[in-house]
Amino acid sequence: MTVAIAANDLGAALEEKLPGSVLKAEGDTLCITPESLLDVMTYLKDTPGQEYDYFNYVTAVDFYDHFELVYRLTSTVHNTTVGVKAQLPGRENLSIASVTPLWLGADFQEREIYDLFGISFEGHYNLRRIFLWEGYDGHPLRKDFNR
Amino acid sequence: MMHLKTEPFVLNMGPVHPSTHGVYRMRATLDGEVVIDIEPVFGYLHRGVEKLAEERTYAGFVPLTDRLDYLSSMSNNLAYVLSVEKLAGIKVPPRADYIRVIMAELQRLANHAIVVGAFVNDCGAFFTPFLYLFREREKILDMFDMVSGQRLTYNYMRIGGVSQDLPADFLPALDKFVRQFKPFLEEFEFLLKDNEILQARTRGVGILDKAMAINCGISGPVARASGIKRDLRKDDPYCGYEKFDFDIPVGEQGDCYDRYRVRVQEMKQSIRIIEQAMAAIPDGPCRAEVPHLVRPPRGDAYGHIEAPKGELGFYLVSDGGIAPYRNHIRPTSLINLTALRQMVRGWKVADLIVIFGSIDITLGEVDR
Repeated sequence: MTVAIAANDLGAALEEKLPGSVLKAEGDTLCITPESLLDVMTYLKDTPGQEYDYFNYVTAVDFYDHFELVYRLTSTVHNTTVGVKAQLPGRENLSIASVTPLWLGADFQEREIYDLFGISFEGHYNLRRIFLWEGYDGHPLRKDFNR
Repeated sequence: MMHLKTEPFVLNMGPVHPSTHGVYRMRATLDGEVVIDIEPVFGYLHRGVEKLAEERTYAGFVPLTDRLDYLSSMSNNLAYVLSVEKLAGIKVPPRADYIRVIMAELQRLANHAIVVGAFVNDCGAFFTPFLYLFREREKILDMFDMVSGQRLTYNYMRIGGVSQDLPADFLPALDKFVRQFKPFLEEFEFLLKDNEILQARTRGVGILDKAMAINCGISGPVARASGIKRDLRKDDPYCGYEKFDFDIPVGEQGDCYDRYRVRVQEMKQSIRIIEQAMAAIPDGPCRAEVPHLVRPPRGDAYGHIEAPKGELGFYLVSDGGIAPYRNHIRPTSLINLTALRQMVRGWKVADLIVIFGSIDITLGEVDR
């Protein structure tokens, strides 16, 4: 059985290593600051004992006043799973670090979020729209998208 | 021999091309006949399913899941209803779990029958093995027709169970199918396993090593062929899979041949699971009492299953209403395509077709 990790313990360990990165830890999910994303992900992937080597998915949710990015990682070594959330306030000029340097599996998914939500990923090697064509007006999965 | 100076040129394969098995385009950069790089182009079948979900009730989205990976609609149904049940905390009666397991494994057989058939077709075994497998798949579709009245888009799973109990003649038909499918599979394997052409076309071709497979988020038979012993039926059991005795076939090299072999072995394991489920299926209701309009509490949940193509999951966010606030589909086919670029570099165009065919994607799920 894949064990959902207790985010409390992990949050405390992270707070020691990267002070100020964790905002909240509840259930199996860590809420972190968007600036610390790449550091937190690197820690989760490379630290012995954690080794979250498998990238399940990334997606975004539109909450009108902010966007939430939701990541899920699994360790194929320990069979544990953890969720990571980061909130981006505002609606314009949104950007967050790309995790493609850590996991190639995020490549198409980040392009999908860029396409359908209009969030940029810094450091993505090929950030272009994936489903809709260049020049399409708007981002359909935003809640205020006008058809 | 004089060395010829060559220039790279771009070849568009698809969006309408028999080898792409759907509306998918590969922009291949070639040097002579050697593939230097490819760039996948998606979106020809994009229907905005995730947006549509936000305007439908939880139960109303089940028919749309049929149209994601339309070669394994039962598995899509299952992944979605499991996620809703996780989000809303709904318990499912034991008989429904067994029915779900039987359907999911039959669907795996039907899916692998198409994939293996199309794959050997791409390798040059033109349509003969394909039609043998299609004949067997037809019998599975007949059984799905019995329970759901449909042959492709079943809409059979419901939140809390399945839409209706098995008809009286289903289990005898299943028993008959299982008994004749086992020798068929042996015969099929015997015909192709040691075939020289198949070996030459697939052995050592398109190798995907273990580290790259994990890094690219690959799941399902493609990952297992690369030696990753990961199967959600064992690692994160659902529907009571922990009660069944079956093995996880893994490959060694991660080449096209291993991917083919893993699928054939998986079909044998599916038969084993179906036999055990048939013998142990309990009586009782096949659907829990669930309100017509499910209103899960505020929060989010991610449910996933081992679909025939790999990890298929739904991430649902609820605001307490009758429709999901957000419904994200983790598309196996799209993520498995990430590795294609790494796998095809340096191979010839003809190998590109074979490598692509060995991944097993459905464009309905890639583009959604």
